[in-house]
Amino acid sequence: MATKSLKARQNALSNTQRQLDILSSGLFQDGTLPTFEEKIKAHQLDAILPKTLQILQINLGYMCNQVCAHCHVDAGPDRKEMMLDQTLEDCLSVMRNNSIETVDLTGGAPEMHPKFRWFVEQIRAQTTVKEIIVRSNLTIIMANKKYHDLPIFFAKHKVHVVSSLPFYKRNKTDRQRGSGVFDQSIKALLKLNEVGYGKVHSSLELDLVYNPAGAFLPGDQQSLENDFKIALKEDFDIDFNQLFTITNLPISRFLDYLIVSENYEEYMHTLVDAFNPLAAENVMCTNTLSVSWEGYLYDCDFNQMLELKVDSDHQHIRDFNLNALEKRKIHLSQHCYGCTAGAGSSCQGSIA
Amino acid sequence: MKKTYYNPEDLKKFSAITEWNEALGEKFFEYYASVFKEGHLTAREKSLIALAVSHVVHCPYCIDAYTKDGLEKGIEKEEMMEAVHVGAAIKSGAVLVHGVQMMNRHDQLSM
Repeated sequence: MATKSLKARQNALSNTQRQLDILSSGLFQDGTLPTFEEKIKAHQLDAILPKTLQILQINLGYMCNQVCAHCHVDAGPDRKEMMLDQTLEDCLSVMRNNSIETVDLTGGAPEMHPKFRWFVEQIRAQTTVKEIIVRSNLTIIMANKKYHDLPIFFAKHKVHVVSSLPFYKRNKTDRQRGSGVFDQSIKALLKLNEVGYGKVHSSLELDLVYNPAGAFLPGDQQSLENDFKIALKEDFDIDFNQLFTITNLPISRFLDYLIVSENYEEYMHTLVDAFNPLAAENVMCTNTLSVSWEGYLYDCDFNQMLELKVDSDHQHIRDFNLNALEKRKIHLSQHCYGCTAGAGSSCQGSIA
Repeated sequence: MKKTYYNPEDLKKFSAITEWNEALGEKFFEYYASVFKEGHLTAREKSLIALAVSHVVHCPYCIDAYTKDGLEKGIEKEEMMEAVHVGAAIKSGAVLVHGVQMMNRHDQLSM
């Protein structure tokens, strides 16, 4: 398993235009498969348009203590990109001046941003945001003494913790996320449970995220949640609230894996064949905006990683204009099939 | 003419069988979908049975499809291999139990 990002390895796929070219050529150029926009039209669906903005997803930076094989962010310890103080202030200003229900903090490992705790405290102190989500990779809690008290900090600020755990057994988790990740994740989950996360009658929410460990779609979310709940309870006495199944999108490191393992064409066929019009009506780009560490705005985290800035005159958080942004045209490409396959996929799990 | 009888691409065209007999083709796919829904057996259990049977009937399309289906359902490789052994045991048992017929015939014909 690689220990460096695509960028550090100077892999050709660290160039986002190269990724977009791959997604628009071959199968989609020779007519073997319809492009995403052709598919939408064939199903007589209206164009995918923004609805009311509910979620502001803020990427605090690409630094992470893990180098996961499927990571669409290409995050890792060698990534130094971090949101600047002024951009954090600009985000707070947008939260103060607009009705935003949920702020979703992601990375990298968002907890590694030096101002992470300050930022959470300010969101609670300065804004009326109802829900703060932190996408935690779990192992960060165990990675260093300075992070050991994160569960207490999360609980104090009623942060909704959404954590990655690809499987309830060691082998598949470590294959995707690195050796030792499973054991450290279990320790971190126990610490979160200790302060009340995921427990019955507790308001502290702990959800887990499942990504398939290979070139296949996630199974039924409810069935997998049952399997996870039984296994984690029996083996480790761990409780959690919901399991979110998320489809791996064919970009960045997962695209590299698909190409190297010669699974790309079959995977794209799988995504296209599993196109679900119901999921297409509920994709997350319709109610979410993604903010990059530099403060630029994107339709979703995936478009951020492909450097497809919002199609608007208001492309930066400092120029935020909700009315204008809600009228924008959403950038679509063939990676969007990942959000519409089967039961659909979003940062909140299945959508159909 | 292709040089092999099996082509992985043909699995994607499975639904095309309805083109030459729509009524029967649609009945089959409707029946097939009903069989694999959760019932007294879970979808997970049905997937493992399908995988075992796929091996016994030597269907490469079915092996591809139900290995992938098993992965999607969180079935582990050890479980998949045990299911294949169940199929193999029944298949080899079916061969060996005919040995009794051979023994009967042998004894009948021998002095």
